[in-house]
Amino acid sequence: MREKLHPLSDLNGKPPGTTSWSGSITEAGTDMRSYYGRPIVKEPTWTWEIPAYFFTGGLAGASSVLSSAARISGNETLARRALYIGAVADLVSPALLISDLGRPERFHHMLRVVKVTSPMNLGSWVLLVNGGATTTAAALQLLGKWKPLRIAASAVAALAGPPLATYTGVLVADTAIPVWHEGRQELPWIFGASAAASAGAMAAMFVPPRDAGPARRLAVAGVLAEGALMQAMELRLGKIGEVYHEGEAGKFSSAAKGLALAGAALLARRGRKSRTSAVLGGALVCAGEVCLRWSVYKAGFQSARDPKYVVESQRRRAERDGTKATTKPGDNPAPPSRGA
Amino acid sequence: MNLLQELLEPTGDPDGWDAYGDEQKERVGFFTDTSVCIGCKACEVACKEWNLIPEDGRVWTGESYDHTSQLGANTWRHVAFVEQRKPLIGDGNGDGSTGLRWLMESDVCKHCTHAACLDVCPTGSLFRTEFGTVVVQQDICNGCGYCVPACPFGVLDQRKIEATTDPPPAILGRKEDGRVWKCTLCYDRLKGGHEPACAKACPTKSIQFGPLEELRERADARLAKLEAEGWNGAQLYGRDPDDGVGGFGAFFLLLDEPEVYGLPPDPVVTTRDLPEMWTNMLAAAGTLLVGVAALTFLGRRG
Amino acid sequence: MPSLGTSFGRGGATDFQQDLQNSDCIVIMGSNMAENHPVGFQWVMEARERGAKVIHVDPRFTRTSAMATKHVGIRAGSDIAFLGGVINYILQNNLHFAEYVEHYTNAPVIIDEEFADTEELDGLFSGWDPEQGEYDVQTWMYEGMEVHGAAGQREEGFDPTKGEQSGHGGGGSGLHHGEPPAEDPTLQHPRCVFQILKRHYQRYTPDFVAETCGCSVDDFVEVAEALVQNSGRDRTSAFCYAVGWTQHTVGVQMIRAAAIVQQLLGNMGRPGGGIVALRGHASIQGSTDIPTLYNILPGYLPMPHTEDYGGLDGYIAANTSPTGWWGHFDAYFVSLMKAYFGEHASADNDWLFESLPRIDDDNSAYFTVQQMLEGNVKGYIIAGENPAVGHANGKAHRLGLAKLDWLVVRDVVEIESAAFWYDSPEVESGELKPEEIATEIFFMPAAAHTEKDGSFTNTQRLLQWHWQAVDPKEDCRSELWFYFHLGRLIKQKLEESEDERDKLIKALRWEYPTHSAIREPDAESVLQEVSGWEIGSGKFLSGYKELKADGSTACGCWIYSGCFKEGINQTARKKPHWEQDTYVAPEWAWAWPDNRRLLYNRASADPDGNPWSERKRFVWWDAEQGEWTGLDQPDFDQQKPPDYVPPEDAEAEDAIAGDHPFIMQADGRSWLYVPQGLEDGPLPTHYEPHESPFDNPLYSQRANPRRQQNKDLAEDPYNPVANEPGSDVYPYVVTTYRLTEHHTAGGMTRSVPYLAELQPAMFCEVHPDLAREVGLEHGGWATIYTSRSAIEARVMVTDRVRPLRMKDGRTVHQVGLPYHWGKRGLITGDSANDLAHMALDPNVHIQEVKAFTCGIRPGRRPRGPELPKFVAELREQAHSRREQDPRVEPEELRKTSS
Repeated sequence: MREKLHPLSDLNGKPPGTTSWSGSITEAGTDMRSYYGRPIVKEPTWTWEIPAYFFTGGLAGASSVLSSAARISGNETLARRALYIGAVADLVSPALLISDLGRPERFHHMLRVVKVTSPMNLGSWVLLVNGGATTTAAALQLLGKWKPLRIAASAVAALAGPPLATYTGVLVADTAIPVWHEGRQELPWIFGASAAASAGAMAAMFVPPRDAGPARRLAVAGVLAEGALMQAMELRLGKIGEVYHEGEAGKFSSAAKGLALAGAALLARRGRKSRTSAVLGGALVCAGEVCLRWSVYKAGFQSARDPKYVVESQRRRAERDGTKATTKPGDNPAPPSRGA
Repeated sequence: MNLLQELLEPTGDPDGWDAYGDEQKERVGFFTDTSVCIGCKACEVACKEWNLIPEDGRVWTGESYDHTSQLGANTWRHVAFVEQRKPLIGDGNGDGSTGLRWLMESDVCKHCTHAACLDVCPTGSLFRTEFGTVVVQQDICNGCGYCVPACPFGVLDQRKIEATTDPPPAILGRKEDGRVWKCTLCYDRLKGGHEPACAKACPTKSIQFGPLEELRERADARLAKLEAEGWNGAQLYGRDPDDGVGGFGAFFLLLDEPEVYGLPPDPVVTTRDLPEMWTNMLAAAGTLLVGVAALTFLGRRG
Repeated sequence: MPSLGTSFGRGGATDFQQDLQNSDCIVIMGSNMAENHPVGFQWVMEARERGAKVIHVDPRFTRTSAMATKHVGIRAGSDIAFLGGVINYILQNNLHFAEYVEHYTNAPVIIDEEFADTEELDGLFSGWDPEQGEYDVQTWMYEGMEVHGAAGQREEGFDPTKGEQSGHGGGGSGLHHGEPPAEDPTLQHPRCVFQILKRHYQRYTPDFVAETCGCSVDDFVEVAEALVQNSGRDRTSAFCYAVGWTQHTVGVQMIRAAAIVQQLLGNMGRPGGGIVALRGHASIQGSTDIPTLYNILPGYLPMPHTEDYGGLDGYIAANTSPTGWWGHFDAYFVSLMKAYFGEHASADNDWLFESLPRIDDDNSAYFTVQQMLEGNVKGYIIAGENPAVGHANGKAHRLGLAKLDWLVVRDVVEIESAAFWYDSPEVESGELKPEEIATEIFFMPAAAHTEKDGSFTNTQRLLQWHWQAVDPKEDCRSELWFYFHLGRLIKQKLEESEDERDKLIKALRWEYPTHSAIREPDAESVLQEVSGWEIGSGKFLSGYKELKADGSTACGCWIYSGCFKEGINQTARKKPHWEQDTYVAPEWAWAWPDNRRLLYNRASADPDGNPWSERKRFVWWDAEQGEWTGLDQPDFDQQKPPDYVPPEDAEAEDAIAGDHPFIMQADGRSWLYVPQGLEDGPLPTHYEPHESPFDNPLYSQRANPRRQQNKDLAEDPYNPVANEPGSDVYPYVVTTYRLTEHHTAGGMTRSVPYLAELQPAMFCEVHPDLAREVGLEHGGWATIYTSRSAIEARVMVTDRVRPLRMKDGRTVHQVGLPYHWGKRGLITGDSANDLAHMALDPNVHIQEVKAFTCGIRPGRRPRGPELPKFVAELREQAHSRREQDPRVEPEELRKTSS
């Protein structure tokens, strides 16, 4: 049951959603530009598992690519460690997703169909493929058996990795939540970059510096790319993007920037010489990436909670494209022949 | 893949509806005419009675006579009340001297021609019926909640109270229903040849049920009449098949802008941009692949 | 409903709601139809769609106002001033429907020269007896017509019963013969009703209306104009009212005022016209037709009382009108006795008349409560009523119940009236202590309407049958089951008794077949008895015209006779109107009398029997066939030609002329002026409510002199009023009402989740100006108080309750209070009726909860013992100041402090 009562006191006696208020609900209604300030679109029902999965999924995806690349380049240590990291992330991810379901026992219903219009459905398949491949490869690696199969599995994982790392950007963008949907151009890139950064950073933590060069480069590049992309997105979003500077989303967003940049700097400057710095730097970057996911996640809730974002973004778009959902006297509506 | 096709070149028809072939029925829906709504809330009660929907909380909101507040898992019809210092007709009337009007509107799931909830549902639990309506299959829904933020009208929601039907297995120790619920346009009643409960209960024909074609024509005539009589702010909402969701299966006659009733002014089905998003993602994924490889090979090992 | 009864002959809505679609103008006043009668309101909407004016005159802007084409806000309780203004507007400008008024109303009748009007006697009519505090109606009579002896005797010292007995045209029985002795068809005679009317209302000018009601002159004139322009040969206007009129100390006269307007405009008995009395409960009309009232028998036959009639003949003579359909009183009465007692009632034993119980006193609800408080009542049965919440001054009721020996409550849930002994404001405040209450309380769970067969008599006299859908749960039982088996057991116990007092019970016919495991009586067998049969042949009666006075017919309620004709349950017919020839839909259920839907419909034709106009044709005289015909069952002798003139010796209906449509009236006309049948005057006059912040602008007689007050009842103190010192403690007008989402006292709705959540808390509606004045905040709490009690409510600050600017520049603020809440059920809250007083309308003993005075302040009310203290302090403060004031006139000296 959703809380229905508006805390009038919090609004200094003003009824919610009103611009002016002299004590009468009638005057409030006269000035209302939303329905008592109630949300138009619903906030997601998702809980902490989802942003956590955004991180682990990204980590798994990018790690499997890193692992294969490293192996081909002959960096066995990096290849192995990255493979194990990916495998662990791949095992955690489905657990997170399942526990977020309203009906966990029905998780397998995700795989009843293949549905291109549902990023979550395709994502489930990708996670299945990447997870299956990575964990197989990792297991065989541990056992040191069936090399050809291991190689094949790694290859599959490497190909499924990038989609796994980026589809979550589409997942959130493919909603009615203004700050998510309007950020659809950048989000897959941001999530990709973040995935790269976390994969690199995580590897940098577990791989001896002398083998971790690519990982450190990946981490630093990811952080820089994601930072630039975030800036670009916020610029383009304009007013809708302001949620990234407010409330929890704002906190997580600045934390993300700070942690990731600090970690990247540390990795870049001392990561090669000092193992400690590498571990610390990697940890900072990972923490930063987790915060990034959380800020995007929270931004969505804040964007949904306040109807002004829906109304203003749609009003703006309507003016720009001349679209509308209403038919006023004088308009001539399209003949009913269509659409039925 | 026909769904993606549908997205790339939308026809005016509801997605997936044509799949019924011979079993396809005439597309039906609601025309909710707020100019004759007396705010009796019979629709809310009839809906709950028929669909066995649990109570949705007893909270005095102070928002005029509306204590239901919004559509959700446990409210499939919601009557909005807005008091205004504006005359109903022309520039005087209502309360005579000051001019008062009291808008009442019975909101409901729009059963969009292009329904985001249906598109994004990963399990196929949400489906298009032979009547062109959108329904959740409760035996399939696993409560992923994706449809909740996908709906541009905030219609769907997860039922976070104890399950009334088909409870989850005890092993998981959960009591919450956890599934997503919304208006079915009384699919069971339609199957039996009856009109939906809310329309049946509405005493003033504010909620009109019928073939969408017919309703749209009726609505155009109604709008013309109100214009002739000088009603303020009269407008149809969701009647036009060219809007962002391809026209509503349940559309409205409003007396003020949609947002005043808590409705989005220009809703768009989010999956309209999905092809763009997919391409975008593939590019990002490719870049990631290449990027990682590049960073691995270029530059030193340690 | 004596107002409609005395004016037209029958105490029921004169029109059916479906017919409202034909109105050209609908005035809804004293009713919030959209909220409380939403289903019937669809026909008002239909009329609006067809271009009709829909006017709502009400203190508040409600969901009805929102649908109206015009809303006029007036001060609660000022309705007669408004309607009197309309009457004056019509008369001064000669806008009445002359031909209609002359032929169909008693406008031409000349009144006794002894009669004196309120205009002459400063607010009193002639015949006022200050000692008794009531009227002697002799001087109100038609000239040359002495009051009906026996009728006079009936009235003697026995006023309280007059009201309901008049409800069904009883007033007509005051007349000796059909044609009044003295008439002036030119309507010029100074003492003819028309001229009296003119003089009586001459001061009700538009300015007077605006000043008294607090509306603008323009708004008033717009309404008057709309009514006039939409009446006449070609157009009709209708009035809809409900308890917004009834529940005043002048309630009956408010309705009378509308009756006068409708007669002058010629809207009675015509399609789209009439007065629709909207009843709140599912079968409230039925419960006066077959009464739950103490002073009438089924079909509005007066209950015999202790005064000596000189036996059965005296009783019959006293209640028989020589002319009109009341001429067959004996047949109605004897048939009832045969239905009750079968072969035990015979001509030899005067149909057991002598054994019938007699009433020796007022036994109305409020009087009974006073008796309880004084410890004079042993036991009480409450069914379908929740006095602790639904009656004015709930506290007095609860305290009264606590003094009973035993109490039986039958309801679907344990309502406040059953739980008061452990859960009530008085228990909370310590005024009642459960361990000290001696009352033994039996709660008998009742079956809901879906759990039993039966009929409802709705607002438009339509008997509609409903079938059982599910079995009653556990030990829930229908009313029918309860009373049938109760009677059966009592009869068993008395089988051996030789006591005289048990004679009647032993004689009772009590043969109803039962079915199902719980032995539920067959409801249809009861309906059959109500409809009646020929005793010899057992043939079902087709209508009341077949009733005999010789004991050869049995009928449980003469006006319902025919509802089972041809052995078919007429009330169970469910053929929808779209499958019938006319919108009148005579094959949907059955309406009394004789399945007539539009009463007095002979008036829809002109005196010659032709429709007034093509547009408004309904019932007319078919010369070829030599009978009345049309869309509805003619409410007239089918074969009586329009030009029929009754011979001198004619009796009963034969004494009614062919151009007099009101066949229940002794003179066949509707009554603009009511010579007999009402307690408080032949014409409606503006009086202030019992409690109001104003003096009467017309007379020094402030309020209805005949209203019933409880001068010596400590539990029912009154607020100082008008300009009395102390009145400023209670400066605001309060009006109570219902919401769509709940049903009256809430027993049936506060316990249903789907309804409880729709209006979950008690609230008050106030205007922003008042909120500012006393510091109320929207969404916060307010405490509302009167001399009786104080309650708390959430605050709804809204423009829908307007402040009214009065003539002296004063602004009167009104406080709106829904009264559904109590301490039981899923949602609880204080009861608005705890604030109300028990001053009553003299005709029907109805409380005045639509207009009284109160004070209001921000915040929640005091708790526990603090509450009565809080109320008492304010009361003493107000009353002490009042008593010291010399200006208080003795005539007005109302009880002031407890």
